[in-house]
Amino acid sequence: MKNIFQLVWLVPLLPFAGFLLNGLFRKKLSKSLSGLIGCATILGAFAISVALFMEVKSSGGQVVHLFDFIAVKGFKIPFDFQVDALSSLFLLIITGVGFLIHVYSTSYMHEETSDHFARYFAYLNLFVFSMLLLVLGANFVILFIGWEGVGLCSYLLIGYWFKNTDYTNAAKKAFIMNRIGDLGFLLAVFWMINQFGTVTFSEVFAKVGGTPVMIITGMTLLLFVGATGKSAQIPLYTWLPDAMAGPTPVSALIHAATMVTAGVYMIARSHVMFSAAPITMNVIAIIGLATALLAGTIALYQNDIKKVLAYSTVSQLGFMFLAIGVGAYTTAVFHVMTHAFFKALLFLGAGSVIHAMGGEQDITKMGGLSKKIPVTYWTFLIGVLAISGFPFTSGFVSKDEILLAAFEHSKLLFWGGVAGAILTAFYMFRLLNLTFFGKFRNTEEKAHHVHESSASMTIPLAVLALLSLVGGLIQLPHIFGGHPYLNEFLAPAVKVPGGEAEGAATTEYMLLGGTVIGLAIIYFITRKLYAVDAFSGVYEGFRKVLANKWYVDEIYEAIIVKPIRWIGKKVVLFTENEVIDWIVNGVGKGVQLASRQLRLVQSGQVGSYVLLMVISILVFFAVQFLFKK
Amino acid sequence: MIPVLLILIPLVSGLLTFFIKKDSSARLGSLVAVVATLVVSVAGLTFAKDAANLSFDAEWLPALGSRFTVTLDGMGQLLCLLTAIAFPLIFIATWNTTYPNANRFYAFMLLSQAGLMGVFLATDALLFYFFWELALIPAYFLCSTWGGEKRIAVTFKFFIYTFLGSLLMLVALIYIYFQTPGDHSFALKSFYELTLKPDQQSWLFWMLFIAFAIKMPLFPFHTWQPDTYEQSPTATTMVLSGIMVKMGVFAVIRWLAPIVPGGLWGWGDTVAFLSMVGMIYASLLAMQQDDMKRLIAYSSIAHIGLMNLAIFSTTNAGMQGVMIQMFNHGINIIGMWIVVEIIERKYHTRKMSELGGLAQKAPGLAILFVVIALANVALPLTNAFIGEFLMFTGVFTSNVSKYNYIYTVVAGISIILSAIYTLNMIQKVFFGNTNSVTAAATDIRPNEKWVLAVIVVLIIVLGVYPQPILNLTEGTVNSILSKMITKHP
Repeated sequence: MKNIFQLVWLVPLLPFAGFLLNGLFRKKLSKSLSGLIGCATILGAFAISVALFMEVKSSGGQVVHLFDFIAVKGFKIPFDFQVDALSSLFLLIITGVGFLIHVYSTSYMHEETSDHFARYFAYLNLFVFSMLLLVLGANFVILFIGWEGVGLCSYLLIGYWFKNTDYTNAAKKAFIMNRIGDLGFLLAVFWMINQFGTVTFSEVFAKVGGTPVMIITGMTLLLFVGATGKSAQIPLYTWLPDAMAGPTPVSALIHAATMVTAGVYMIARSHVMFSAAPITMNVIAIIGLATALLAGTIALYQNDIKKVLAYSTVSQLGFMFLAIGVGAYTTAVFHVMTHAFFKALLFLGAGSVIHAMGGEQDITKMGGLSKKIPVTYWTFLIGVLAISGFPFTSGFVSKDEILLAAFEHSKLLFWGGVAGAILTAFYMFRLLNLTFFGKFRNTEEKAHHVHESSASMTIPLAVLALLSLVGGLIQLPHIFGGHPYLNEFLAPAVKVPGGEAEGAATTEYMLLGGTVIGLAIIYFITRKLYAVDAFSGVYEGFRKVLANKWYVDEIYEAIIVKPIRWIGKKVVLFTENEVIDWIVNGVGKGVQLASRQLRLVQSGQVGSYVLLMVISILVFFAVQFLFKK
Repeated sequence: MIPVLLILIPLVSGLLTFFIKKDSSARLGSLVAVVATLVVSVAGLTFAKDAANLSFDAEWLPALGSRFTVTLDGMGQLLCLLTAIAFPLIFIATWNTTYPNANRFYAFMLLSQAGLMGVFLATDALLFYFFWELALIPAYFLCSTWGGEKRIAVTFKFFIYTFLGSLLMLVALIYIYFQTPGDHSFALKSFYELTLKPDQQSWLFWMLFIAFAIKMPLFPFHTWQPDTYEQSPTATTMVLSGIMVKMGVFAVIRWLAPIVPGGLWGWGDTVAFLSMVGMIYASLLAMQQDDMKRLIAYSSIAHIGLMNLAIFSTTNAGMQGVMIQMFNHGINIIGMWIVVEIIERKYHTRKMSELGGLAQKAPGLAILFVVIALANVALPLTNAFIGEFLMFTGVFTSNVSKYNYIYTVVAGISIILSAIYTLNMIQKVFFGNTNSVTAAATDIRPNEKWVLAVIVVLIIVLGVYPQPILNLTEGTVNSILSKMITKHP
């Protein structure tokens, strides 16, 4: 093949084919065949993605035109794919981590009947397909197709066990919350068409310079509203913790490889616009930090293993937006990548724990699992260390970079970020201790049942653990003997004025030292508090507020959902049934009354008489036509 | 000859069907007739599309200056195709429904199709009025004879509304006729050449607009619609909502905007405001409904409100969006009704609170319905996204109003609300556990499955590759817009 770029359409098409095969023939396929189709299509997409990545690395990117999607007078939206450093990196993350999650799922979902098993893999493939469209699109509308597509897939997968109304409620919530954000995104797109007459990335970005800052600020704020929905930021984050209603590998997919990273990708892709809008950037930095802290405090007192991880995702996404807000786009992308490794690892590890515990998710009822499921324990430990920023793990390097970038921007943001990092370490060590150390706090029967998962689950864990350990090395600062390879690779796609500075040696060493000391202290505190024989998990006072997630869901219910319901019932329904109908019936009665007065009809059945009249007119017309001349 | 055939086939077969005694023969004969119409319609789009085939002109009422002129332009092609596709789908999907006096039922359905075709084809005002009534009168009979319990009261309401509209329209058309020069003419062409005085345009606008707004229907002229949809036999509801509401939208584009654009410029904000309010109003009402038919009816009012808003944006994108959406909305809503029909026939209820868990019992139906429902919320890669995207773009980029941003944002809220009520419906009907009503369910029949499958394929294909339809209507849009703009005061 002369030009590998011409094959880029295969990358999303393969998962789509997998979706169709599994979806249409779900009743005929055996489980192993469904799993094979699901995994093989993603592996194929991964292989092409690797080839594309290499090609981009050696010869740069390209825009591939497929066909014209919508063309009307005034503007045109081509169905184009843009393969460059940014999208090819995301292709690798999505298909690579996605593949591991698929493999893991073949074992995790094995209890399902074969048609539901196939349905599950069909949804999973559709999810990957949507995400691939999202990162490949060369304009905002194609991106939006994937953008809403992942929303749909999250809806389908969160509500996968559709008999449970709580789960389908969570699915609905995810879709609707995302829709709110999507409206912001769409308004930005309409605005671009109005302002620039195009939605193609390169054309829009070329025109940013000559446009008033206020307009760019408006557009970027609207785009960011979209990002808060998809990437679970304040105020639209509440769907993500509920999204754990889906099967655990789905959480891994949503939280690591797809969906929530979309907002970060979109902003990195349109960084030219965001960099031109300082107000937006400040808003993003503040929202990002606030989200990181808010979610971090909530995660401190959650007792559901998946819920802790869910809030940690919200918190880590906050870090990414903090990085974006201070202009460190490549750092945000880097954290997306490292986060994909360790968050997928943690969720799949949690799945392995839940599997071992026979479906139990409450960490107050676990404890002492480190000996019983060693592979899960060791890999999970690596995940915890990485997310907590243990020196030289992937999470250390990327979080270190975020904090440095914040430091150069504002001391306040930096210390806020440090507080967020401390929270992260604290709730993750709490989780680790409650799950794996102390005494087993469940029934004897459960204790006998606990077992290590099969190879198709532990191998993905091992691969992800390795990546979580060493994945940060591609961006290790010079001072530790590394080189920012990722920044170099991304530079053509994400051009940042002046490049991204590395911290001074002293700052780096201070961060390193601080991290080591901090983690040691947190380790001892959590060990003492949570590696225990008995644990109630019931909280009082302010901790109860945190355990109840600051009552944000309740507040939304009271100030948004209820008023809308009230208006619907009391105002609109009243107008419809009483006011308008009263007028209409009045007119009807008036006609009837008038007809009685005129003694045109005695029966009062005005309808049939007028009908007769109209028919006569029609017949007259028709006769005229038939018997003319 | 194509336009004449499109009217004549359903008209003649409809009249003949009155005399067929055997129910099954009437049903089969009707299906043959509508399939024949579809073939003719497709022929008009493909190999017989030279101008000579697409128009027909004959003397009709020479004393009144009215001729039997029928012409197929891009918009006409599209709507005739919709009408031609819809009827076979409706007949096949409701194949198993039995009606008393089936021959009369099918006869009225066919006459209604003839009327609809005529409405989309007529380029003479009086002829247009004639077909308008021809399409409506069978609908009264269909609703009042084969409808639900409250059919008589509801048909009366429906009749009062539409009759009032028709009357206003007739008076307005006759008035315009008297403004034409010389011996006067009802020809669309002479109407287009006319430039009326601003005050004339102003009140003519309202007479015509109310007539068409009732048909769409637009808030606050809509209250006949949920009742009528609920009470009519489902096959008739499909015709009413899938095609007949397009008569209103179509008529605004062909018989109002280019003839009295002055009224449109003057009253545009009033109408846009009504449309916008109506979208939110109808969406909030849809959220309150327990009956699936009423939910879909209110959802449809919200969608039609957007079409009207987009027409008044007077932009190419908005108008193109309306065109493609007229077709797509028709296809999608027929799909929704088919599902409702299946559910009602099986479980004898349309109340969502009484249903539940159907996804376990009828997974095929669930999948097909979810796709159609996703089109109802205009998800990208479904057909409705194209139309809604273009319409919203049109409203946003419009320069005829100062308030276009407000219209876009407020109307945009309906995008969120549509997701709420549509997903609620899916959840209540298909998810959860089965109950005593739904426990004994089985999956759908092959004929229903295939019709829904055709609709789903149309939804996806037109959602991925809408360009052929956009190309088809481009000419109409350009000519209508140029007429509107050249008459700008």
